[in-house]
Amino acid sequence: MSEHITHVEEHRDDEASKLGMWLFIFTELLLFGGLFLVYSVFRMQYPANFHEASLELSVTIGAINTVVLLFSSMTIAMAITAIQKKNKKLTLRLISVTVLMALIFLVNKYFEWGHKFEHGLYPGSDLMHLLERGHHLYFSLYFFMTGLHALHIIVGMILLIICYVKVSKGSITNDRFVFLENGALYWHLVDLIWIFLFPLMYLIS
Amino acid sequence: MSTEYISFLDHQGKYKGIRSWIFATDHKRIAFLYMYAIASFFLVGALLGLLMRIELISPGETIMKPQTYNGLFTVHGIIMIFMVVIPGLSAVFGNFFLPILIGAKDVAFPKLNLFSWWLFMLGSMMAIASQLLKSGPPDTGWTFYAPYSTTTGTNVIAATTAAFILGFSSILTGLNFIVTVHRMRAPGMKFFNMPLFPWAIYATAWIQLLATPVVGITLIMLIAERLFGIGFFNPDLGGDPVLFQHLFWIYSHPAVYIMILPAMGVITEIIPTFCQKKVYGYKAIALSSLAIAGVGFLVWGHHMYTSGMSEQARWFFSLLTFIVAVPSAIKVFNWISTMYKGSIDMKPPFVFALEFIFLFMIGGLTGLILGSVATDIQVHDTSFIVAHFHYIIFGGMGFAFFAAIHYWLPKMYGKMYNFKRANIAAVALFIGFNLLYFPQFIIGVQGMPRRYFDYPPRFQWAQITSTIGGFILVSALILMITNLIIGVRRGAKAPANPWNGTTLEWQIPSPPPLENFDEAPIVKENPYDYK
Repeated sequence: MSEHITHVEEHRDDEASKLGMWLFIFTELLLFGGLFLVYSVFRMQYPANFHEASLELSVTIGAINTVVLLFSSMTIAMAITAIQKKNKKLTLRLISVTVLMALIFLVNKYFEWGHKFEHGLYPGSDLMHLLERGHHLYFSLYFFMTGLHALHIIVGMILLIICYVKVSKGSITNDRFVFLENGALYWHLVDLIWIFLFPLMYLIS
Repeated sequence: MSTEYISFLDHQGKYKGIRSWIFATDHKRIAFLYMYAIASFFLVGALLGLLMRIELISPGETIMKPQTYNGLFTVHGIIMIFMVVIPGLSAVFGNFFLPILIGAKDVAFPKLNLFSWWLFMLGSMMAIASQLLKSGPPDTGWTFYAPYSTTTGTNVIAATTAAFILGFSSILTGLNFIVTVHRMRAPGMKFFNMPLFPWAIYATAWIQLLATPVVGITLIMLIAERLFGIGFFNPDLGGDPVLFQHLFWIYSHPAVYIMILPAMGVITEIIPTFCQKKVYGYKAIALSSLAIAGVGFLVWGHHMYTSGMSEQARWFFSLLTFIVAVPSAIKVFNWISTMYKGSIDMKPPFVFALEFIFLFMIGGLTGLILGSVATDIQVHDTSFIVAHFHYIIFGGMGFAFFAAIHYWLPKMYGKMYNFKRANIAAVALFIGFNLLYFPQFIIGVQGMPRRYFDYPPRFQWAQITSTIGGFILVSALILMITNLIIGVRRGAKAPANPWNGTTLEWQIPSPPPLENFDEAPIVKENPYDYK
């Protein structure tokens, strides 16, 4: 029984869609919240180990990725303004830049992870089990948290690509762009989580 | 009522036959989908429970091996908790009546609602698969405690993945309901003009939304622990099994309120209707739902008094546990006060509601024994706990579900059932229930551990009583369900307002038309206005 046939006038409520997205973002924050909780427990327990292990990460790549994500948050926010100003071409271009930034982030992540894998450092590896307890937990958390975050980047990218298609097909326009807004909200969430992950993983002293 | 009224059951949409149900976005049809699925799971869970009761009728091996028994109590727990009582009232009656009670045509996101049901079915199928795959059913209990759950050879990964998917379905339902309450209320209906069932569903939805992700991530950690040995819960690798318990109960205690809050909401609808009296203390009941939801987040530690916690943490959790009992007690006092000088009509829904109050009070008061540290340590992990939570979950949520189905069935199907048989079933259920669970309190205090398939002969009198109670209970269930089915099939046509209720669902025909309200509903300032 489809809505389109049975409902005389199509029900549309942008406020409801946005509220729904915000609530979903709460659940995502709590999902990561569980991990941040585990992180804080083990960091309290093994502060020295966590510091030593964090020196293995490249602050440069981490910093570049932070800038990349912050920049992408800006471009997607600009895309919303562009669609409101009826500038379809600019909107499409800004969404493409955002997706490109997401790709750059993932490529950096790939090299970062690949480097560790080459040295035998990955979840379940023999080397991992030889490490000191604090180091082991740090790297478990590192792979778990950045892995889950990368998964969210991918989901966010898919959302943005759908936005791109919808804008180019004309189903997102200057007076109905709540889908793009929600996509952007989700993208900001992905960015926000990274803003916490970066200092917690890379900048421990 | 307009002349071209067509009920949602007869309405012809885009699809025919079964597809008009499983692809329906109408909240009422989705509620039916949930109801049939949950009722089937409930019967399976109840039969597994009965098998355990038969095993316990005499000491030693009666009909099964210890490992089978471990599998059985785990399956019974997973089915009953994740597939029956957590979705139960909110997915069935929340879906059907939340939009109607607030004067809306549907929930805020009808397609998401259907998607939640599909997720629910996927998760349920996985949970069932975890029982049948070749490594054998999980034997951890429904709590999946580490470190045992990270080392046992049984299908823990399938079962936890199932629980994760079921949790996701529950999150989406909660999200949908919150937005529905915020955005879909009929014109003129403010928050404090809503009936109290929507209030309860609203508070529940917040718990579903905020607590479930925590158990979601915890179950993923457990899976990663099994696959990669990440070490979070493994002391050999520096982790901490007690951390798993904390993370698990941060969700699973609030989950108890996911189960009981909608039940309280149902009872709050039924009591004023069958007393024909304005509900006593409307605002206190509405806000106590939110208070239970809020404080309920802060009491998880009372499951872990014996797991190793500091003295301060224990008395703090104990204090908070006593505080969370206050809003529950407020509701009970308000229900009783509503009955005072009302014109009470002992129809089946009201009989079930009274039984609910009685059983819930026993469950609640024994909860205080468990909430205080000293007494809890004596009865921890004994059958006292088993009796306590069955009084809350089955005696509370289960009986509220029965009350709800007897209250709203005429509206849902447009048919009426036989009152006499329903009342007999209600009384038999009550007797069977108390025979089954009350002896467990006594032998629990005397030291009968939970989850044991064997016991010393001195506990046998209680186990036999319980098993007899179990058979009475299941027979009464069969009688009740048969009566309802006969009612739906051959019962008399139900009028639009058989109980003389005042809330919005009784203003529309039975069963409701597709979009609930053919004419705009009349919103009253107080939904329980019996003058």
